[in-house]
Amino acid sequence: MKDGSTDFIRVECASLYYGGGDDGVLALKDTNLTIARGEFAAVVGPSGCGKSTLLKLVSGLNRASTGKVVVDEADVRKPLKIVGMAFQNPALLPWRTTLENLLLPLQVAEPHRQQFRRERGRYVEQARALLAKVGLAGAEDRFPWQLSGGMLQRASLCRALIHDPQILLLDEPFGALDAFTREELWDILQQLWQDQHFTVLLVTHDLAEAVYLADTVHVFSNRPGRVVHRRAIDLPRPRNSDMRFSTVFVDHVHELRAQIRREREVI
Amino acid sequence: MKWRRALFTASPWITTIGFFLLWEIGCRAFNVATFVLPTPSDAFKALVDNWSGIWPNARHTMFTTLIGFGIAVVFGVVLGVAVGASALLYRSLNPLLVGFNSIPKVAVVPILVLWFGIGTAPAIITAFLVAFFPISVNVAAGIATTEPELEDVLRSLGASKLDILYRVGLPRSLPYFFASLKVAITLAFVGSVISETVAANEGIGYLMLTASSTFRVPLVFASLFVIAAMGILMYAVAAAFERRHTKWATRGLDQYGTG
Ligand SMILES: Nc1ncnc2c1ncn2[C@@H]1O[C@H](COP(=O)(O)OP(=O)(O)OP(=O)(O)O)[C@@H](O)[C@H]1O
Ligand SMILES: [Mg+2]
Repeated sequence: MKDGSTDFIRVECASLYYGGGDDGVLALKDTNLTIARGEFAAVVGPSGCGKSTLLKLVSGLNRASTGKVVVDEADVRKPLKIVGMAFQNPALLPWRTTLENLLLPLQVAEPHRQQFRRERGRYVEQARALLAKVGLAGAEDRFPWQLSGGMLQRASLCRALIHDPQILLLDEPFGALDAFTREELWDILQQLWQDQHFTVLLVTHDLAEAVYLADTVHVFSNRPGRVVHRRAIDLPRPRNSDMRFSTVFVDHVHELRAQIRREREVI
Repeated sequence: MKWRRALFTASPWITTIGFFLLWEIGCRAFNVATFVLPTPSDAFKALVDNWSGIWPNARHTMFTTLIGFGIAVVFGVVLGVAVGASALLYRSLNPLLVGFNSIPKVAVVPILVLWFGIGTAPAIITAFLVAFFPISVNVAAGIATTEPELEDVLRSLGASKLDILYRVGLPRSLPYFFASLKVAITLAFVGSVISETVAANEGIGYLMLTASSTFRVPLVFASLFVIAAMGILMYAVAAAFERRHTKWATRGLDQYGTG
């Protein structure tokens, strides 16, 4: 999986400048980052250093001011259609049930939108199966405001994956959850990733989360952000909550914490 | 607890009836002259006696209001969608719209009379002019406040601006739209009555004006009652409409519903 011979995602010397003139912000500066196909990558770093911006570059929602992003050997110039995204804010549509929320990407994304009416039955089955997998069986017909925070985040994860994307971009998806729910969701995400073989780029503030889930953790510098440290996490899969208290795990977390502290002191 | 619920249900009736009772008693106790302030019973008597004259005028006002309101809905929604979906349009139209909205519409009626003559047209246009603004503002607000995360999710799926508008912006603005209808219908009604009092030969506003110029004060108040009743009726219809169509926005809560 991590042979690295051909990197699936390559961020090459990318910078991004928001706005123009004097009040602009240089969010990313000469960032380099590579992710292999099927890899689970995590990005950690000080607040405001440009992590969300990196996700926008990789998804093609924003274009780099200088440098470039290459995905699957092609330059990213416009929004990629092979990505799924989930954020801290689950942002489900309150007028749609959970199931209907899951169908939204299929109504919008090619090639599903053409065949949506014809294949609706199949898509509904697919959505139900995915919901069952994350423990949301029975919540299909409930509205978002009838679900708990953890359930909303599960549904949001499902919405990001329903169209079978090759890349999953996650921006602090579990940031607002309590510790127990968060750990439950780690295992669910790990399971989904192992089953479906997509490539993940996870932005998080939680170092334990990064170590628990990722193959590689990239540490960002202060703004303007760039990768200053890269750490391979060679813990066996599937990872389970017992490992979190092993010395290897704890050492990884400590090392990362020290790195970030060093970064913050640079200011 | 049972008592409190009953009180809660009956409270609008109690206050309304109480208000009229106080008025009646006050007028009688202080011997207020009828041509200054008639008692409510005088006014109701005038209402019944003049019903055959009031009814066609009330119907006419209802008609002008609804036509003006209908045009306002169509125009307001189109404008609101355009302004809400395009930051450029919003920026370019904003000063004009705000400026226009701050003009008291009574001041416009003479101009309308100049163009269209005295009659129904100025009333309809006034109703339209006062009613479209809140509709536009609300629809635009609903669309413009689409969560950025949601936009990112959809854009990354290859959605066009039109897709996002159709799937998210429009449904999202519906509760705002329905809420604005309550305000807009009341304003439209006020607009057409004002226009009628200035330049018309039909309508409840016109009736009120003629009654007051001939010092038939109870009839003036009877007309006011009719205006108030019609206003409440239209508000209630709009509110019921709103409740039916936006269950999700009120999270299934009903107790705050009005009307
Ligand atoms: N649309 C925008 N326009 C202008 N500046 C922006 C925009 N988005 C982000 N920025 C700025 O770019 C910098 C990086 O923002 P970004 O959201 O990528 O940080 P982040 O690492 O995700 O922060 P956090 O950890 O707090 O989420 C910040 O200084 C922010 O103010
Ligand atoms: Mg961020």
